Amino acid sequence: MAPRDSNDPADIAAPGTRRAIYKHRLATRLWHWTNAAAVIVLLGSGLMILNAHPQLYWGQYGANMDQPWFRVGWIFEGGRIPGWLTIPSTYNLALARRWHLTVALVFGFALLAFMLVSLLNRHFQRDLRFRRAELAAKHLAHDVREHLALRFHDAADPGGRNVLQKLSYVGVIFVALPLAIFTGLTMSPGINAAAPWMLDLFGGRQSARSIHFIASMGIALFIIVHLTLVILAGPLNEVRSMITGWWHTPQEPQR
Amino acid sequence: MILTRRALFTGVAASGATLLAGCDRLGESEAFRSILFKGADWNEWTQRALTERNALAREFRPDQMSPVFRTNGTRNPDTPSYNAQAATGFADWRVRIDGLVARPQALSIAQLSSMPQRAQITRHDCVEGWSAIGKWQGPQLSTVLNAAGLSDRARFLVFHCADAYSGGTRPYYESIDLVDAFHPQTILALGLNDERLGIGHGAPVRLRVERHLGYKHAKYVERIEAVASLADIHGGKGGLWEDIAGYEWYAGI
Repeated sequence: MAPRDSNDPADIAAPGTRRAIYKHRLATRLWHWTNAAAVIVLLGSGLMILNAHPQLYWGQYGANMDQPWFRVGWIFEGGRIPGWLTIPSTYNLALARRWHLTVALVFGFALLAFMLVSLLNRHFQRDLRFRRAELAAKHLAHDVREHLALRFHDAADPGGRNVLQKLSYVGVIFVALPLAIFTGLTMSPGINAAAPWMLDLFGGRQSARSIHFIASMGIALFIIVHLTLVILAGPLNEVRSMITGWWHTPQEPQR
Repeated sequence: MILTRRALFTGVAASGATLLAGCDRLGESEAFRSILFKGADWNEWTQRALTERNALAREFRPDQMSPVFRTNGTRNPDTPSYNAQAATGFADWRVRIDGLVARPQALSIAQLSSMPQRAQITRHDCVEGWSAIGKWQGPQLSTVLNAAGLSDRARFLVFHCADAYSGGTRPYYESIDLVDAFHPQTILALGLNDERLGIGHGAPVRLRVERHLGYKHAKYVERIEAVASLADIHGGKGGLWEDIAGYEWYAGI
């Protein structure tokens, strides 16, 4: 069976039937799982690195005598991120940095490759581009209500992404992930010398460190919501589609 | 589809725990560590390939300086010989420059002070994550190296220091390559914030190698050795923290 375009009108399901739709291309699936593994390691090792100085500041400098805007101690007793959230699980700054900085290369170049391929194979234009009607307040409110009622698929286009999905994917792929990369580079004293404009863009090294943390917490929040929705939408079908590419239209009664 | 909510959440929690435990085990495996540690070489190679080798670290205005510049690492070597030197204001302290050089030197603090000085207000970034901005002053390392005449075979400079770790058994040392050694902002700092360097900051002389994290900035420098390879020096990884804890030798990231 040849892969079919998920926007094909022929995909409109007859009530009560299930059909397979080729929803995720190989490049998307490869990147999804590479990125999932990389981001988990980056989050865990990043939290261990934060434990080495568990305070965040705004501006060019910030150390113990200066005023932080955030202390890990406000959230966790003992002032440290607990070991069940960090890689490694014990305090080891050198090893956490090795994890973080090696996997960051994989993560960064994988994102770059995914972006280039997705422009060439038109994944971005086809699946993530916003249509004017979708962004109308009425449509957005309707989509929020549908999500709250746990109805995730448009019967007229079951393989398509709804506007909330598009907003969150676009937010992660084009805002949060690149922001994490560029603020991460801004924490490198070598890159600071070569590209001082990045320091100006983010307002200093300690501001970049703060934004890096905020972006990564945004990514963590996305993962939690993403996994929750995968579970609510039918985890076997969703996970299989991200492995094989083939997604089955839901059996939920048509409205 | 038979998948209860309980089974699902147990599964998610169990795979999370397995993943983290797996990362711990991987991190302890020698074979995996050698791959993981290769990342430092890839990062160094990428940075050196894509960035200007002589680019200057940012210098700041006096009003941008940290109100307090904290100390870290060894705050006082506290050995009998160091204490005796400190008691005389480091009048007899010598910085020896030897190894692969044509004219070995033994420079006093007075001699280093009489060389052309460079003052720079730069940001110090600790590997732990904090930063402080201060004004450092001293002769450029290149001045001292030119006086000694580096051999063509010299590829690294090793800084031997007066402090030691592990109950005094592991002398502190650090090393840099020639790109950083001849960088205009690499100085042998004698002063911080318009005063003589205090003991907590590495008196009487400390390396400033801007564009690197704090652990490269060796304090209490007694000897600068020009070498062709780092393999035979102490643990062979180019620095105390590199040897004992696994920190990256290239600390530009």
